Amino acid sequence: MTSGILVYAETSDSRIHPVSFELLGKAREIAEKLGLEVWSVIIGFDVKDRAKELIYYGADKVYVYDSEHLKDFNVLTYKDILVDLVKEIDPEIFLIGATPLGRSLAPRVAAALDTGLTADCTDLRVDEEGNLIQIRPAFTGNILAHIKTTSKPIMSTIRYKVMPMPKRDESRKGEIVIKNPPEKIDTRIKSLGRISKRTVNIADAEVIVSGGRGLKNKEDLKMLEELAKLLGGVLGVSRPLVDEGWIAKEHQVGFSGNTVKPKLYIACGISGSPQHLAGMRDSQIIVAINIDPSAPIFRHADYGVVGDLYEVVPKLISMIKRIKGVSGS
Amino acid sequence: MGFLPFLWPRFNVILWLFLLVLGMSGKGLRIVVLIKQVPDIEKVRFDVETGRIDRSSAPAETNPFDLHALEAAVQLKEKLGGSITVISMGPRQAESSLRDALARGADRAILLTDKRLAGADTIATSRALAAAIRKLGGFDLILCGEKTVDGDTGQVGPEVAEVLDIPHVAYVCEIREVTDDKITVVSDMGDKYLYEVKLPALLTVTRELNTPRLPTLRDVLKARKKQIEIWDADALAQYEDPDRFGIKGSKTIVMKVVIPGVEHRKGIIFRGEDAAEKLLEVLKEGGFVKP
Repeated sequence: MTSGILVYAETSDSRIHPVSFELLGKAREIAEKLGLEVWSVIIGFDVKDRAKELIYYGADKVYVYDSEHLKDFNVLTYKDILVDLVKEIDPEIFLIGATPLGRSLAPRVAAALDTGLTADCTDLRVDEEGNLIQIRPAFTGNILAHIKTTSKPIMSTIRYKVMPMPKRDESRKGEIVIKNPPEKIDTRIKSLGRISKRTVNIADAEVIVSGGRGLKNKEDLKMLEELAKLLGGVLGVSRPLVDEGWIAKEHQVGFSGNTVKPKLYIACGISGSPQHLAGMRDSQIIVAINIDPSAPIFRHADYGVVGDLYEVVPKLISMIKRIKGVSGS
Repeated sequence: MGFLPFLWPRFNVILWLFLLVLGMSGKGLRIVVLIKQVPDIEKVRFDVETGRIDRSSAPAETNPFDLHALEAAVQLKEKLGGSITVISMGPRQAESSLRDALARGADRAILLTDKRLAGADTIATSRALAAAIRKLGGFDLILCGEKTVDGDTGQVGPEVAEVLDIPHVAYVCEIREVTDDKITVVSDMGDKYLYEVKLPALLTVTRELNTPRLPTLRDVLKARKKQIEIWDADALAQYEDPDRFGIKGSKTIVMKVVIPGVEHRKGIIFRGEDAAEKLLEVLKEGGFVKP
């Protein structure tokens, strides 16, 4: 029997997280090279109908655990399900999205299976000998480590938005296997529900205009937000502004905030610390506006403006408004 | 009849002592904080040619995320009483991080150090830390930072919890309530979720949880006199097979390290009066300014 690569399909509110589709695409590519099948597993409530989506994106077989008491993420119960499934179907490789949920769940599964786990990978390759090489940044994004796993299954968590989104193909065929959900959940953890939803999802933004220590007042963020909106984007910040309490963490770009990969990233008054670069260095076009010509951010920018952001940004805003035909200043 | 009055006071003393011991374990929280010493990431140098990380180029410090775990422990102890034990694994020089933790309010510090523990991946690290926690005899709560600035994995916390078979919550940004047998916390997973978890449990914490206080000079001087316990692989052998520690126990191997040079960026710089206009042209060309 052909073995496979198992991909965990993450869900919230019965919806599949897009990173799961990206992983199916990568799994498909590796599976062709190694002569494996692509399997997926989905856990949740009302997710049965979603299973075929996973087939459209590349799965040959989908294992479904659908039950009302699996609605809320319970790391212990989900772990038990995955450990039992892996023991039963014996995959060669097991991929999980490096989302907060994935990075909480995967280590427990790996420890229970006593297998190696590589965190937060940005690439997977197959070497000449057919080994899977997992590539991941470390030291706050300053190095890239190439890692091999010596145990089975090889487990990795993979970052969102680093693998291309595969094409959805409704003509793809696959098998859906409905599994019996566990009768009870582990009661040592009780989910009391979601208490707040983030208002911006900066990781999905195509344009981000970010502010840093070069800003003098909290109110000046409005100016950057205006520019962001004119460009169809969202406002980002570097860590000091979150520490100051000027804005919520969901806007923070960097090592301890969000990793982003927009088409356009404009850094205003951001010097470019390693922590900030770790969060945005993979952006397609990077623009830096800074008064200090020696700021490290310029070494990582496609376009730099050496100048006062309090002059450059308002000027940009009014010029763009004129083009767009928006009235006002 | 005659010996009962004689025995009663003694029995009372025994009963009282028993209650005292029971009270000590029942009242305060027995907290374990896991910390790691890391190089100061702002100063560490990377050799693009050889792929070497020159650790000696940077001073060592406690992983910044772990200071928030320690601060949370100190705040819980201030409120509920109890004890704080900090455990670290690493070379002898990691003693300085443990000494700092003592100054910040830890009661006891243990360093796991041994050649047989070195070179460990996250799973082998977790087995050693879990063995050390078992050796302590009992605990209610384990706290650690959400990740480290050098390894960046965030895996050791949940793996320790799995090895110890206790629940964990990752990315804790708020501790709402602690009772005798449970803790209620907010987990920041993008959206925020509320969890009630049975003790003993492990939490990995974010920087939003609190603001670590600096130790006073008096705290620092007091911490200097305290003993840091050193445990080797043999000290843990009763609780875990030493073959599962260090390089031997690791399941992942770093094949090579690549240090990306400065990325290939255009590096076009605009200065002076018309810099904004030139930048606008770039944005227009990129299709970002739509009329």
